[in-house]
Amino acid sequence: MKPAVLTGEHYITGDVACAEGALAAGCRFFGAYPITPATEIAEHMAERLPDVGGTFIQMEDEIAAMASILGAAWTGVKSMTATSGPGFSLMMENLGLGVCTETPCVIVNVQRTGPSTGLPTLTGQGDMMQARWGSHGDYEIIALAPSSPQDCFYHTIQAFNLSEKYRVPVLVMADEIVGHMSEKVVIPKASTISLVDRPKPSGRKDRFKLYQPGPNGVAPMPAIGEGYNVHVTGLTHDERGYPAMSVEAQEQMMTNLKGKIRNNLEDIIETESYRLEDAEIVIVSYGISVRTGLTAVDEARKLGYKAGLLRLVTVWPFPEEQIRELAARVKGLITIEINLGQVHYEVERCAGGQAPAHLVGSAGGKIIHPDKVIALIKEKF
Amino acid sequence: MAFWREPLDTQEIQISKGTVHIIQDRCKGCGYCIEFCPKDILAFSDSFNKKGYHPPLAARPDDCVNCHYCEIICPEFAIYSTEDPDIAATETT
Amino acid sequence: MTKNPQKPLKPAAHPLDDLIRTERIPHIWCPGCGIGTVFSSTLKAIKGTGIPYDRFTMVSGIGCSARGAGYVKLDSFHTTHGRAIPFASGIKMANPDLNVIVFSGDGDLFAIGGNHFIHAARRNMDLTVVCVNNLTYGMTGGQVAATTPNRAKTTTTPFGNPDAPFNLPLMASASGASYVARWTILHTRDLTDSINEAMAKKGFSFIEVLSPCPINYGRRNKEKPLDTLKLYQERTIIKNGADPARADIDFDRGVILGKFVDIDRQTCDSMYNSVCRPCSDD
Repeated sequence: MKPAVLTGEHYITGDVACAEGALAAGCRFFGAYPITPATEIAEHMAERLPDVGGTFIQMEDEIAAMASILGAAWTGVKSMTATSGPGFSLMMENLGLGVCTETPCVIVNVQRTGPSTGLPTLTGQGDMMQARWGSHGDYEIIALAPSSPQDCFYHTIQAFNLSEKYRVPVLVMADEIVGHMSEKVVIPKASTISLVDRPKPSGRKDRFKLYQPGPNGVAPMPAIGEGYNVHVTGLTHDERGYPAMSVEAQEQMMTNLKGKIRNNLEDIIETESYRLEDAEIVIVSYGISVRTGLTAVDEARKLGYKAGLLRLVTVWPFPEEQIRELAARVKGLITIEINLGQVHYEVERCAGGQAPAHLVGSAGGKIIHPDKVIALIKEKF
Repeated sequence: MAFWREPLDTQEIQISKGTVHIIQDRCKGCGYCIEFCPKDILAFSDSFNKKGYHPPLAARPDDCVNCHYCEIICPEFAIYSTEDPDIAATETT
Repeated sequence: MTKNPQKPLKPAAHPLDDLIRTERIPHIWCPGCGIGTVFSSTLKAIKGTGIPYDRFTMVSGIGCSARGAGYVKLDSFHTTHGRAIPFASGIKMANPDLNVIVFSGDGDLFAIGGNHFIHAARRNMDLTVVCVNNLTYGMTGGQVAATTPNRAKTTTTPFGNPDAPFNLPLMASASGASYVARWTILHTRDLTDSINEAMAKKGFSFIEVLSPCPINYGRRNKEKPLDTLKLYQERTIIKNGADPARADIDFDRGVILGKFVDIDRQTCDSMYNSVCRPCSDD
């Protein structure tokens, strides 16, 4: 029997690294439905979970997979699912339920090219706006974007930690290349991985209110069977969790749902920078496209352009403040992403005209070549 | 019924006796308890409850046998019966 | 000077009050609606098991019946339309010690949620599914459902329903359910006993309960609530062990009630343990 944390050096794919990250984070329930290019995560979890006392179930569709991980989460376990484009669309309804009921869980989307069935085996980054706004209604969500198998391991752990801390579904927005490529992944000792568990209630059970926010805006969460008699509903609800069909209740609930994310942006948002200190041209990117950006920065520097890169580890919530500050001091911003403009428009919005925002995008199917970025730099700067 | 022989053990059989309790303000006046009470002891009352429905009243309370049928068929948790303590006491002797 | 109306010193307590969120009563169900009766039966059955309440949880989907989860004083979940069963499956598989009850309606469980139903039955997921079948979508105002009888009038079949309805016991048994029964809200005692038996049963249990929707179905089909209950009294026949293939709902011919299926088959969670955890001590 293998332990939950496979400490050591491995040569594995991003998909497998996601699964290992989940196990290291304490995930013990996986609701699955096969879809290229995310299937390997499910396959790996199917093999590994029973060994560590967890449960794997392949449901009848992605709707059910998403529903099952919400149910499992309320028993007190950490739960997850993994999918790609079409399956991600099917999960949107229950993703909203997860947001509304403040249910911690992790969804990995190994993105492929769409729309519709698209190019199932080829890469894409076209689900970024769906990740932000795909379920109906107004809400806040957290999405991370890994750029390598090593990232897949760490970001999945981070996704669980954020999800537990803020009681919100967290999305790991990988893509086909990151998911399918093999690289060295270092898994540290279990004792060195810091894990976060959801806040638990204390005090009198009969006075407990399910959605009364704690100090950081997040309400403690009991598990089924602990005697709190919780009622959990996707209807607009009051602090007790009871349906409350009023404008005031809606406003209060939205204030809580948005506030717990918006008031903790500094804690949630993570970015990385590369040669950014003196940069005049800033490449903004995330996921696999960061690799295009890193090469492009070096190439541009060789040509005499002061280029740098800002990597969005957290794409949602969007690092607005950081983009704003950069835009005030640089000559221009370039977003690289494998779509024809999604995060680019966010960058443009935050730049607010202080610096021009350009896009190096593609219709999808393959990683963007750095030459395309260099050509744009030569043309515009 | 006149043609039927009275069972020999009639004297020994204890028919339980109950009291009907009506939580008037929960009632929505569907009348199911009245219609289907096996002992036909309930009737609509003339008065209104606070929601404006006519709740049932026990027209022949002494006939209640504490069968709990009204208790379950009532969709409103508005009626229930309890065993009459006097009879219960005699049963134990 | 006004006098306060005479009130009993202690407010009357219904025997099921300990299982009801009494502060949320009155419930939303219309006068004459049978959901409250099915709900009462379910609570009575829970009480009858003698199992501590915190070992139970109730999951509902969306619709009138699905509001049940909001009135029961258990850990309870009001989920999305049709998704009560997969949500409940997640609970059951993550914590098999819990008794998981799905309480929902025919529209929720058999149209939008039909796929989940057959798969949970196939896996023999250890759930007790209580389906209030009122032949229509009550919450949205009485549209045609997957259970609406042929030719019945609804708001979306103003000329009569051209489609055929599902035979729910047949579907459940064909999909592999361990326990299948059908009752009406008139048969409260059998219904309560049946739900109680289904909860004790390991595996996927399904109880269909015929129930009137006087406002949104009955009104359009010239059926007053008491008329519907008279049908339940006069045009039904209890036949335990009957062939579910003969369980179509046709009140002209007579509707079969009773327990159709009661078989023993390994449950999903026990199979998972024996197949996927061969080395475990369990």
